[in-house]
Amino acid sequence: MEIPADGFVVVCKRECATCGMVVPVLSEIVDKGKPLTICSQDDPAFPDEWPGVVDDTALAHSYRLAIEAVPTLIRMQNGMETARAVGWDRAEWQAVTGIEGLGEDLPQSRPGCGSRSVEPGLAEELALRYGGVRLAARRIETPSHEDEMEACFARGWTDGLPVVPPTEVRVVRMLAGTRRSSDEVVGIIPPNQAACTVEKVAINAVMAGCKPEYLPIVIAAVEAACLDAFCLHGLLATTYFSGPVIIVNGPMARAVGMNSGVNAFGQGNRANATIGRALQLVVRNVGGGRPGEIDRATLGTPGKYTFCFAEDETGSPWESLAVERGFARGASTVTLFAGSGVQPIFDQHSRDPESLARTYAACLRTVAHPKIPMAADAFLVVSPEHGRVFRQAGWTKARLRERLDELLQIPGADLVRGAHGMAEGVPESLAHTTLPKFRPGGLDIVHAGGTAGMFSAIISGWVASGAKGSQSVIKEIRQ
Amino acid sequence: MNKGMVLLDPTAELAPARRVRLPRPKELAGQCVGLLDISKARGDVFLDEIESRLRADGVSVRRYQKPTFARVAPVALMQQISAECQVVIEALAD
Repeated sequence: MEIPADGFVVVCKRECATCGMVVPVLSEIVDKGKPLTICSQDDPAFPDEWPGVVDDTALAHSYRLAIEAVPTLIRMQNGMETARAVGWDRAEWQAVTGIEGLGEDLPQSRPGCGSRSVEPGLAEELALRYGGVRLAARRIETPSHEDEMEACFARGWTDGLPVVPPTEVRVVRMLAGTRRSSDEVVGIIPPNQAACTVEKVAINAVMAGCKPEYLPIVIAAVEAACLDAFCLHGLLATTYFSGPVIIVNGPMARAVGMNSGVNAFGQGNRANATIGRALQLVVRNVGGGRPGEIDRATLGTPGKYTFCFAEDETGSPWESLAVERGFARGASTVTLFAGSGVQPIFDQHSRDPESLARTYAACLRTVAHPKIPMAADAFLVVSPEHGRVFRQAGWTKARLRERLDELLQIPGADLVRGAHGMAEGVPESLAHTTLPKFRPGGLDIVHAGGTAGMFSAIISGWVASGAKGSQSVIKEIRQ
Repeated sequence: MNKGMVLLDPTAELAPARRVRLPRPKELAGQCVGLLDISKARGDVFLDEIESRLRADGVSVRRYQKPTFARVAPVALMQQISAECQVVIEALAD
């Protein structure tokens, strides 16, 4: 039954005490000759012995009228709502109905109860059922005998681990995590050069196990991956180890509970694990970047399942990566780096920054190969116990970087092919030069990790780093 | 087991929604053909005939049998067949 274009509508439910209380008022309205339609959310026999109650147990009217609480009184004129009162408030009900003295026997006001249509978990189903949301993706029906988890494996949608089946309701819930339109194109994903919409990101985020609040971070990561400077296509196709590493900065990382502390690169944190995985699933499913096809990695790295962490900004002796790159302190950002894996740095004895810088330089020298300069970029991840050494000595991040640059100037004679009995190296013509280990801007420093342990880490990059290949990129996260 | 689900396609939708069958072999020369008897009556008669014709054409053949037609093949048998054969002919007799 449709709601009449003119008259009053009351949406109520039996289990609400306030709804029960206002039944005499409803009779008063009818007695005054006003047209009144009653929609009952839980029992069409409520109010008792009331003729013509609209059965709204399917919540169609409640959804379309955007009912938040019951009872709700609405005045309709020419098919449009012109006034509304929520719960019982005598003055409001008198104003909406234009009936003086309405409900004089009742208390002045009583709050109502929550509408069934806004019960947790139901809103998305109603939005789908009553056309409040449109999803563009093709529907895939799994046969009744097929386990839905196996169906996702069978269709090649997973990274080798089970995924959460992307049902319509789950995707609608995921889309609630962003204010962006579901049909907005986030980027063009190689190798298929397919347009990736917010909806496709949301589908893959569901599969990865994300919460809706992570979605803006995943979208920013996809945007960053699509920047030309990041060179995702080449990164996918390379025989080298690398894959996208995500570093999240700013209040958003803390708000969603990302781990920047104990075991920051490791397992166990849902946000870290699923945000990184969602990006990889977008690359796999939307872009078509699959191992053995376009992805030709000789060995790969476990980080290609997921590699995502937050920078520990509150415990850091230095400005954050995001601030260093020109973002405001309150901004939340995603940085993408073509990383190849984690190389540990062990130093339990250095208590002065010069000694620790020398340890770092010695370890950084070995990135990719100790005789290969300016090929792979690197992220140096300084842990709290090492960070303390620099803080106490008053070393800024810039000073550490400057010292590392000095320590990583390498005589060409040590790098040329054949030197130190190793055929790998730079051409003989460079024997009389001095070469930096890293190209300008090729070494970044961030702060993360647990508070115990005099270890830091190198995330080594792709050997095609820089303008010839991939450069780390940063994107601000938008809701 | 579930009642069947509607899932949203996470891909760029460049491939058909129905999973594509593996490509059919253009010829059997050089392939090993598995003949699977599912243990239904006279399935062996049918497969004996197929085997003799394939062998006459010089095709290598291996024979397999499910313990019972009422149940899916044991995992070990499926793995053995997929490791040893490129083509399988199953006798759904009756």
